[in-house]
Amino acid sequence: MGISLMEGNEAIGRGAAAAGCNFFAGYPITPATTIYNTMLKLLPPKGGICMQGEDEIASIGFCLGAAMAGMKCMTATSGPGISLYSEQISFAIGSEIPIVIIDVQRLGPSTGSATRGADGDIQFLRWGNSGGLPVIVLAPVNVKDCYVLTVQAFNLAEKYRCPVFVAANKEISMTRETVDLEALDLPPVAERKVADADASFLPFAVKEGQLVPDFLAIGTTILVRQTSSTHGPDGYITTDPEQIEKVQERLDAKIKTNISKFTFHDEYVVPGADTLVIAYGVTARAAKVAVKKLHQSDQSASLLVLKTLWPVPEALIREKAAPYKRVVIAEMNLGQYVRELQQVLTGKEIVFLGQMNGEMIKPGQIMEVIQNG
Amino acid sequence: MDSLLNSNRPPVFCPGCSHDRVLHALDQALIEMGFAGKDVAIVTDIGCSGLLDTFFNTHALHGLHGRALTYATGIKMARPELKVIVTMGDGGLGIGGAHVLSTCRRNIDLTLLVLNNFNYGMTGGQCSSTTPHDAVVASGFLNKLEKPVDICQVAGAAGAPMVSRVSTYQKDFVAKLKEAITYDGFSLLDIWGICPGRYTRRNKLTPKNIKANLAQLPELTDFTSKNARMEYGKAYRREAARQKVPSDPVPIAVTCAAPQSGRREVIILGGAGQRIITAGELVCLAGASAGCHATQKNDYPITVMRGHSVSEIILSDEEIEYTGIENPAVVIALAPEGVKRRMKMLEHLSPEALVIKAAGIELSPCQAAVTEIDFRARKIKSPDWALAALAVLAQQKKILTMDMLKAALNLRFKKAIYETALAVIEKVFV
Repeated sequence: MGISLMEGNEAIGRGAAAAGCNFFAGYPITPATTIYNTMLKLLPPKGGICMQGEDEIASIGFCLGAAMAGMKCMTATSGPGISLYSEQISFAIGSEIPIVIIDVQRLGPSTGSATRGADGDIQFLRWGNSGGLPVIVLAPVNVKDCYVLTVQAFNLAEKYRCPVFVAANKEISMTRETVDLEALDLPPVAERKVADADASFLPFAVKEGQLVPDFLAIGTTILVRQTSSTHGPDGYITTDPEQIEKVQERLDAKIKTNISKFTFHDEYVVPGADTLVIAYGVTARAAKVAVKKLHQSDQSASLLVLKTLWPVPEALIREKAAPYKRVVIAEMNLGQYVRELQQVLTGKEIVFLGQMNGEMIKPGQIMEVIQNG
Repeated sequence: MDSLLNSNRPPVFCPGCSHDRVLHALDQALIEMGFAGKDVAIVTDIGCSGLLDTFFNTHALHGLHGRALTYATGIKMARPELKVIVTMGDGGLGIGGAHVLSTCRRNIDLTLLVLNNFNYGMTGGQCSSTTPHDAVVASGFLNKLEKPVDICQVAGAAGAPMVSRVSTYQKDFVAKLKEAITYDGFSLLDIWGICPGRYTRRNKLTPKNIKANLAQLPELTDFTSKNARMEYGKAYRREAARQKVPSDPVPIAVTCAAPQSGRREVIILGGAGQRIITAGELVCLAGASAGCHATQKNDYPITVMRGHSVSEIILSDEEIEYTGIENPAVVIALAPEGVKRRMKMLEHLSPEALVIKAAGIELSPCQAAVTEIDFRARKIKSPDWALAALAVLAQQKKILTMDMLKAALNLRFKKAIYETALAVIEKVFV
């Protein structure tokens, strides 16, 4: 056994290091600051880079530059910082720059409550970019997930050349928990696919059937162009509708068509139950208590914990919800992910439990909804 | 050496645009300095100056308005050997002002070329941060209300060690570019030019005017001697190499047995400076050393040394799902600030709960058993009350045993502090 006592943010930092992160830039913000503190301890002695930007825009900008120069980059913030990241997130999506972005959610709107948890950014992370192309969002439930999903986030960012969000929450990130680091089930570390270094290299060229362009770093012997402008395979601005459409559809498809490869989830199945509770993040823990307590009752319920929120794992949700009459979703906002369930599970009875008061949803609240609708 | 210009993409600036002169002068400077395309990265943002990178055969990154310095900083930190040249207009200068100031303060080895033509060319000739207040631009009267910035003075004041201004029509333009590019540190060249498409349609500006206007400006201080210092990347690498590699988290060995089983909730209600969070951590470590799962959730305000400090701890034989406190087995009440935060909870304590409270703390009537400790009478200082309260728990074999507490102290502290902590515990047993 290798039991340690660790908060979620430290686990995110250690997970990043385990995934090969060698560049971090951030701007201090509660409740994400301890990720920066962790990276400042871990990276410099090992030859990595940890920087504090003058603001969030600079911090993520440093990361995008370093990522294009070949480094594995991460930044971390909370809702107000995600707002400032927005233009750079759009850049990373459209120009296929791998980066891991941690959002330790706190109660909004706006500066809101720095020390209160929430899951209020769930739609914002998906849609807070210009162009509306898809992103990947993973949601940890506990400290162990903070570690493992950060490793997964790096792998996905490298593999699909895109921003990958970890939607944490103050209630996980700043809560200490015992965790067995040696027992973690970690995936092998993935690296971005490197292109052949020959003069015919085009930064955004793909072969037939290929969805992610091979990568060469800025600063090596073959010239590399990167641009935030609408571009074709050569990385130059273009207005050719055919070329534009091809790239946009590829950006859409590379994320959406691969969802089955990263549909992270957990479940607690109670045979004979007619209700399925769907939850994510810290609320999944209260939901687990609720379904366990009701296990032997005549109003039992099963639980599906979603750890990949975007793209919406539609196939999984449909399959898991099929046997149940009713679905209950609980989330720390006033109704965000429930919208996705309503679209995926048309015709199914969906009961929503939301709360946005800075406190975690209690197991009793979820039990009440399961029992009384 | 060959030109670094892209023969497939001839420049397409408006006729008479100064940016064209910058392009060729920069190419000339790079040729004379012996750079090949692969040695150079040109980083641009949007606006007319942002076209520059497409006309070169170098590494290139074109990004969002005003943010070029942020990408360039990342590239330079990742690839110190690369010559990184940033261009921005007077628009990017304004919108990215915070980045300009911070890059000056940082002194990272980038060359910033400000293609200053006194207006936003691409969007229709609106005023920028350098538009003279008597100019006629597409912003109506608004530019009359603002003072143009002299970026060289600002950059020098912000710590840039190499600051210079130049006209695109000046004979030594290429030499000035070479000087800026050569400098090992952050260099900023304020390049004055003409925007015939927008600005000079309604404002008189000729090479001669520019020369005269530049000559009228107060001479720049010798910022090089004032601000010269080790380049940021070099300084970073020097400092980073001196940092100690942090130790991995120390695994907690299971050496004790817990006095109770099941889910045990503890809440410590105190004030800032009472080491409440540390005490909470000690309970977790004690629990872990008895093979328990543990969680700790803290609540404190933004002030340091003032206000409440609350720690909520759960120990359990099973994995802990919900981390909120619903039915505490133990409440440690040490300061009114903390007690006030959990009034409602205190009113509903179960009869099995134990409250350890410091003498003088007021509690509303509750069903729980209350033990009052006069820490002052035992000569225990306020920062040690939380630890002393844990010793009381250990004494009663509630949540903790003395072995568990000692194991926790051993995990948390080095020898000297460990000894001091033991001395505090002794005072409880007197």
